[in-house]
Amino acid sequence: MNFNIYDFTGFVNSIKQWLNSVFPPAVADITGFVIIGICFLTFITLLGLSLVYIERKVCAFFQQRLGPMRVGFWGTAQTVADIIKLIFKEPLIAKGSDKFLFNLAAFIVIVAPFMAIAAVPFAKGLHVLDFDIGLFFITAVSSIGVTGILLAGWSSNNKYSLIGAMRSGAQIVSYELSVVLSLLTIIVLTGSLQLSAIIESQRDGWWIFKGNIPAIIAFFIFIIASTAESNRGPFDMAEAESELTAGFHTEYSGIKFAYFFLAEYINLFIIAAVGATVFFGGWMPLHIGNFEFFNKIMDFIPPIIWFFGKIAALIFLIMWFKWTFPRLRIDQLLTLEWKYLLPINLVNLLMMSVVALNGWHF
Amino acid sequence: MINEEANTAVENKPETQEYFINMGPQHPSTHGVLRLMLTLDGEIIKKVEPHLGFIHRSIEKMCEKDSYQQIVHLTDRMDYLSCHMNNEAVCLCVEQGLQLEIPERVKVIRTIISELTRLSSHQLWWGVMGMDLGAITTFLYGFRDREMITDIFEETCGARLTMNYNVPGGLMFDIHPNFQKRTKDFITYFKKKLPEYDDLLSNNVIFTERTKGIGMLSKEDAISYGVTGPSGRASGFSCDVRKHFPYSAYDRVDFREIIYTEGDCYARYRARIDEMHESMKIIEQLIDNIPEGDYKAKTKAVIKLPEGEYYQRVETARGELGVYVVSDNKKSPYRLKFRSPGFSNLSALNIMAKGDKIADLVATMSTLDLVIPDIDR
Repeated sequence: MNFNIYDFTGFVNSIKQWLNSVFPPAVADITGFVIIGICFLTFITLLGLSLVYIERKVCAFFQQRLGPMRVGFWGTAQTVADIIKLIFKEPLIAKGSDKFLFNLAAFIVIVAPFMAIAAVPFAKGLHVLDFDIGLFFITAVSSIGVTGILLAGWSSNNKYSLIGAMRSGAQIVSYELSVVLSLLTIIVLTGSLQLSAIIESQRDGWWIFKGNIPAIIAFFIFIIASTAESNRGPFDMAEAESELTAGFHTEYSGIKFAYFFLAEYINLFIIAAVGATVFFGGWMPLHIGNFEFFNKIMDFIPPIIWFFGKIAALIFLIMWFKWTFPRLRIDQLLTLEWKYLLPINLVNLLMMSVVALNGWHF
Repeated sequence: MINEEANTAVENKPETQEYFINMGPQHPSTHGVLRLMLTLDGEIIKKVEPHLGFIHRSIEKMCEKDSYQQIVHLTDRMDYLSCHMNNEAVCLCVEQGLQLEIPERVKVIRTIISELTRLSSHQLWWGVMGMDLGAITTFLYGFRDREMITDIFEETCGARLTMNYNVPGGLMFDIHPNFQKRTKDFITYFKKKLPEYDDLLSNNVIFTERTKGIGMLSKEDAISYGVTGPSGRASGFSCDVRKHFPYSAYDRVDFREIIYTEGDCYARYRARIDEMHESMKIIEQLIDNIPEGDYKAKTKAVIKLPEGEYYQRVETARGELGVYVVSDNKKSPYRLKFRSPGFSNLSALNIMAKGDKIADLVATMSTLDLVIPDIDR
């Protein structure tokens, strides 16, 4: 076991060697998959619980109150208690609803972010799926979730759910364009869709700093569009509790409701992770060109802390929007995307190409 | 939920169907048990049909059995956010019938408390308005400031919401010794906080986009539907009872009647925000000049109004509240009718929301500032 907080490659390899030495090759591989699966399940559960708690606390402090305080120290066990409550709650299915699709929807919604999170690079060597279309895989897989939302709205036999689902279908499909285009703007510079290569390309500085003005524009578009894609406020048209009671998940209860809830927070994490990886160098510490001394100091902080620190900052930013802004209307939302963000994005992509060709970036 | 027979195809668009949705009686943005039947074409509203009666308590009928002192208590339960003004309307009506001379002190205190009530009502409205548009944080900000007013009320008369501070002939108790100081403290505090409301919501680009040009109500419609209060004045209908038919101490204070001519949600929003400024101005003029004297005029234990008809109107936080009493010289009225502002304001909802989207209906309803028990009584 050569555990090194700065580079997990050796650690992962030693586990692999140990497995191969104990089991025959096929069993070793399967055991490896199972271990990874269990790690991810645990991680996602903890992530969901802590993000719900963080969101409650952040929201409470924005609203000049304390948030959960009673269960556990500073209310830390509150979300655990809530999950236990949700698990024991009766799973109600509305009369006249399509039972198969109704149940399937909740699973699709939760499966999509589970798949996407596999490609997230957590630290050097701590990366499950690192293939050459990593970024493409994340964006493609995480958008499967919209099918679940549409199915949920359709199968619930509830008009509020249906309106919510239709809204969210239109919304997610539209904003996906902007998310992908803004990411492409950076891909022009990296020349690779492989996440580890994208991170490696930021060794001498993050793209948000190196990429000149187009990179900054791309980041703003990315943050707006990905907030909209994840159906969070101020773009939470699909839920819009003051208009549609709860939108597409109105009829869900118990653990199936928890799936929707959990999926939202994992999506939030994935957005922040993609944003951090592409614009802020993922686990790469802050480096400034050839400024060796400064780079050395920055390297002292382990990559995993850099990664989660960046994610925390981005998540806080997204939460900040949610608890400050009023909600847009559906037509305004689509206008924003098709009339403003998309043209700006296309021009920005062109600008970035010019910048990249002339080598005006740093 | 689903009303099969009501689904009718739109003639020129064979692909789409109009459909019905029940908004309420349990719905987060109807703020009570109001049921709206919406006819929709996609997200466009074709018709809004309010269905009332879920919280009808027959207050008018109960008044025919009660003494005039008891009637005051029932009026709290109509528009609970402007309870003091409701109480005052009945008291003024009875005093008018008895031709009672009310001490100056009572008039001034009633006016101050009325304006404090108006402030607290508008604060709550502001919070809820933001919440309806998805900005939940405003709700807590509104309540934070409202808390200070309810604390003043609690100290003055022991109740925070349904106060019953008025009795025919005056007030139930004299003001608390701290009243003046705390009110002044509150005014200085709130003068600083009110610009925060603008920072958080009024100047937000999403908010202005959501409210400008939405829920249009013309001056003619406002007059013909009897839309009063800030909602009516935002359409250019000069209807402030405090200006046109001054009662209590309103004849001696200097304030501006807020009039906007746009008639959209944003104008109604601005009208209420500006009214808060005016209310503070009124309180500032009166708080240091509360005359000495009795807090109650002498009345008989059993009040009997002389035979006749009496009408008194006051300006509540929602508009004009009229109390119409027909007396046959008995201890309770022969007939009592409330002209409640909420009922008339709601009646204009259909013409305001037609052609807008569902999300706009929420904004429109919110700027009408409906209190459901006021509509149903």
